[in-house]
Amino acid sequence: MDEILVAEKLTRRFGGLAANQDVSLSLQRSQLHALVGPNGAGKSTCINMLSGDMTPTSGRVLLGGRDITRLTSYQRSMIGIGRSYQRTNIFPKFTAFENCRLAAQSRRQRAWRLFTDAAQLADAREQAATALQRAGLAGREEIIAGTLSHGEQRQLEIAMVLATDATVLLLDEPLAGMGAEESAQMVELLRALRADHAILLVEHDMDAVFAVADVITVLVTGQVLASGEPEMIRANREVQQAYLGQDEVLHG
Amino acid sequence: MRRRVIPGVNFLLLVLLLTLPWFAPPYYVELIAKILVFAIFAMSLDLLIGFTGLVSFGHAAFFGIAAYSLVLLTPHAGAVSLWIALPVAALAAAIAAFVIGLFVLRTRGVYFIMVTLAFAQMVFSLFHDTKIGGGSDGVFLNSRPDASLFGFTPFDLANGVHAYYFVVAMLALTFLLLERVLRSPFGRVLVGIRSNEHRMQSLGYATYRYKLGAFTLAGALAGVAGFCYAVLFAFVNPELLSWHRSGDAILMVILGGMGSLGGAIAGAFAFVSMQEFFSQATKHWLLLMGTAIVLTVLFLPGGLAAVPDRIRRALTRERPHG
Repeated sequence: MDEILVAEKLTRRFGGLAANQDVSLSLQRSQLHALVGPNGAGKSTCINMLSGDMTPTSGRVLLGGRDITRLTSYQRSMIGIGRSYQRTNIFPKFTAFENCRLAAQSRRQRAWRLFTDAAQLADAREQAATALQRAGLAGREEIIAGTLSHGEQRQLEIAMVLATDATVLLLDEPLAGMGAEESAQMVELLRALRADHAILLVEHDMDAVFAVADVITVLVTGQVLASGEPEMIRANREVQQAYLGQDEVLHG
Repeated sequence: MRRRVIPGVNFLLLVLLLTLPWFAPPYYVELIAKILVFAIFAMSLDLLIGFTGLVSFGHAAFFGIAAYSLVLLTPHAGAVSLWIALPVAALAAAIAAFVIGLFVLRTRGVYFIMVTLAFAQMVFSLFHDTKIGGGSDGVFLNSRPDASLFGFTPFDLANGVHAYYFVVAMLALTFLLLERVLRSPFGRVLVGIRSNEHRMQSLGYATYRYKLGAFTLAGALAGVAGFCYAVLFAFVNPELLSWHRSGDAILMVILGGMGSLGGAIAGAFAFVSMQEFFSQATKHWLLLMGTAIVLTVLFLPGGLAAVPDRIRRALTRERPHG
């Protein structure tokens, strides 16, 4: 198995509280790995440790066998780990295109070329256009990002990650706040992206998770309760119990 | 047709600026030159405040360091070459900004404001409390820099009109430089940092380095302004580095509208004109000044830079009636 990103016994403590305790999981190319769990289970903490937004108290993160636990978020981005955010985290006053162009420019930053017009850098333009198209935003390039619909902003969030040429996608609730039609589109997009990426999907929408996930890891109170194929997770009693009283039903 | 009004007004202002010494008395030429110096200073600060989102409260330190550099570079008898003194003064300011930036850029928000102020006060006391530059009394510049190049002297900075045009040229160069830089990959990243620094990091940008670059460049350009000031007035004192000066520059940027180079220039004009006008009218001029600034912030959130757009919108609305 060629595992790309591996989390080994990640633990993160906030004072006495262990937000994550010995969480291990691995992402593979062409595989969509869903991370689910009730509110407060520590999903965000986990994705933050993988993206470099937070350093673990103990444990390691490996990329292709290399220990990257101490790398910052921008260093991780440069080696192919891209992250989208739960709360839309775009540049609201830039056009959709400029959002992606800026993301693409990060691959070849050319900070010293003070007299070059950034808008004319062909490689970044091309990458941005491709990313927007893949994320389903073709034709919306010149719209100011802040005025896009909520669903489109979520798509833009993904497009920006794609524009950085990431091989590992850490997607934090890409379906949050989306209507049924928009959700269906996003699920299609996730399916398409799976082919050439390793994806970690943090998601609340269980229908969507069971529709796209190859592997599901269930996190409860900071610990891995179960991990395996969707059918196995659906049948797991402990998982069912963990979700009881959370008003979340594991139907499929 | 309205679209042509704004460039037309700008063109008219430019012509006025270039022909000023032909019709204005020397007092006004010197006043406008002083305003232009502060306009360079305000633009350099706007690179930090308006474009990168860094509210520096110690920008006068770099202005003063360059002004003092010119005095210290000038020998007791004779003048220093302009073509050496200007780059060296700007470089001194840039190096100071780089070193201070290494520390202050580790902080954010209110802490950043306070730490830039603290560093600037340290530089202030360096000149105020030691004999490096004549102590608290300041020191005169024996002779203005010599502009001759290979035996040819294109202009003489001791001549008020020549000095005026020199400052105009420095303003134009600074403006054009910043325009270009803001459109470069570097400049686009700075604007991204102002908008959302966290996301810039997650996209792969080491934002600390970019901010350090911006801080250094802004320091160098503040140095250009400080150099021009010393050339104009042939006198420097520690007051040039005081926190009042840093605060004045912030007010110019706010008056003009943050994130607009033209706005920074307009802000410098508005600020110094008000200062002149009010201080001649009454000894309680600071009250008037404060009132004017409060009113601007309350009723003109985008600063002076937003005025053309407001006029345009007002005209568009009136059109159907007229």
